Amino acid sequence: MIAIIDYGVGNLFSLVSSLKAVGAEATITGDIDTIKKADKLILPGVGAFGDAAQKLKGTGLFDVVINEAKNGKPLLGICLGMQLLFEKSYEYGCHEGLGLIKGTVVPMEGKLPESLKIPHIGWNALHFKKESPVFKYINDGDCVYFVHSFYAEGCGDALIATTEYGKDITAAVQKDNVYGCQFHPEKSGNVGLSILKAFCER
Amino acid sequence: MITKRIIPCLDVKDGRVVKGVNFENLNDVSSPVELGKYYSDCGADELVFYDITASSDGRRLFTDILRQVAENIFIPLTVGGGINTLDDFDRVLKCGADKVSVNSGAIKNPDLIKAAAQKYGNQCVVISADIKRVGGEFHVFAKGGREDTGMEGISWIKRCVENGAGEVVVNSIDTDGVKKGFDIEMLKRVCDTVNVPVIASGGAGSADDFVTLFKEIPDIDAGLAASIFHFGEVKISDLKKTMRDNGITVRL
Repeated sequence: MIAIIDYGVGNLFSLVSSLKAVGAEATITGDIDTIKKADKLILPGVGAFGDAAQKLKGTGLFDVVINEAKNGKPLLGICLGMQLLFEKSYEYGCHEGLGLIKGTVVPMEGKLPESLKIPHIGWNALHFKKESPVFKYINDGDCVYFVHSFYAEGCGDALIATTEYGKDITAAVQKDNVYGCQFHPEKSGNVGLSILKAFCER
Repeated sequence: MITKRIIPCLDVKDGRVVKGVNFENLNDVSSPVELGKYYSDCGADELVFYDITASSDGRRLFTDILRQVAENIFIPLTVGGGINTLDDFDRVLKCGADKVSVNSGAIKNPDLIKAAAQKYGNQCVVISADIKRVGGEFHVFAKGGREDTGMEGISWIKRCVENGAGEVVVNSIDTDGVKKGFDIEMLKRVCDTVNVPVIASGGAGSADDFVTLFKEIPDIDAGLAASIFHFGEVKISDLKKTMRDNGITVRL
């Protein structure tokens, strides 16, 4: 069973229906025991980093997620959920993340050519730097759906894929059993469903 | 680079698709669920569902159907029609909409956009504006294009974006239904004014009209149409190939 971690941010409707579509059993939960018993974890999220990190701490889930991941349980962070996997974020201040993957989350503003619109919204192509089991069913150049104004940098060896938006932007990361997608697999058509399917098979 | 988006729009009344839809291989051509899946499978980059229901009973039906549509498609879904309050945003977002499009609701209450953007984020709020030339000026029209508000269109859109709208749909009443191409002049003015994604609507009659749109206005993000897709005059998969052959970046 997959636990979609509910800490009060974001709309989880599409994530549940897309997991159902790939035949996975998933539950939305904020309950620590259920999360500990689950086979796999998904950390979703939209909104602001500081607010989300605060909510994870307030519900006691911050340390639970770190411990479960360190014990080897597969964990997938999506969008803001991916950004939370890193050490820190400079989204309106400086906030501490889960620290499961090396890297820092920074604003796009000021780092991209001025002609580009922020947020980065729409379908963009993935360019793989490395193989990763979660992306085994998809190909270099496949498009996925992004919505974000901040991105991760300094990910080192964990960098799996980038997308081009004025410069190379971190699109996917992996460190051992911890995976992250900056884009929304649940909104990325068949390509996105294939990514979720591969994660469910871990 | 980010791809240019092609967006079919479905008008739904009391839970059924209206305006003749003419498809082979579909059992129920007025089922929003079947049509949503069809478009999602044939390469649409996003879907827009527009609720033209008049009664509150019909609106409840729309909400039920919306949930079923959202469960069956895995591309972004924008919902518009009858959005006047934050409760309306809440209602459609809980059914699986990703973005909510506001038109007359923002004209009646300009603070709606600000409040919605603060609560749900700019990326969630779409301003849809019906614009028509009146005496050499662009005017905003309300009530489905029937009522001239007297407001200047480009500055209205600018104000909505400043208030937090994260995307703009520009419907040109002048070119709508004429099928002779998008309103390049009007759309250029909007793209020069705002720095959020702009979606062109009104006037598409052929694949070439989309090519012209994206070639003439490199800043435009998406093209939206209804009847030419519904009647199969333009197939989305063919359209995207034509666009690619003309050097436009698309998702195939």
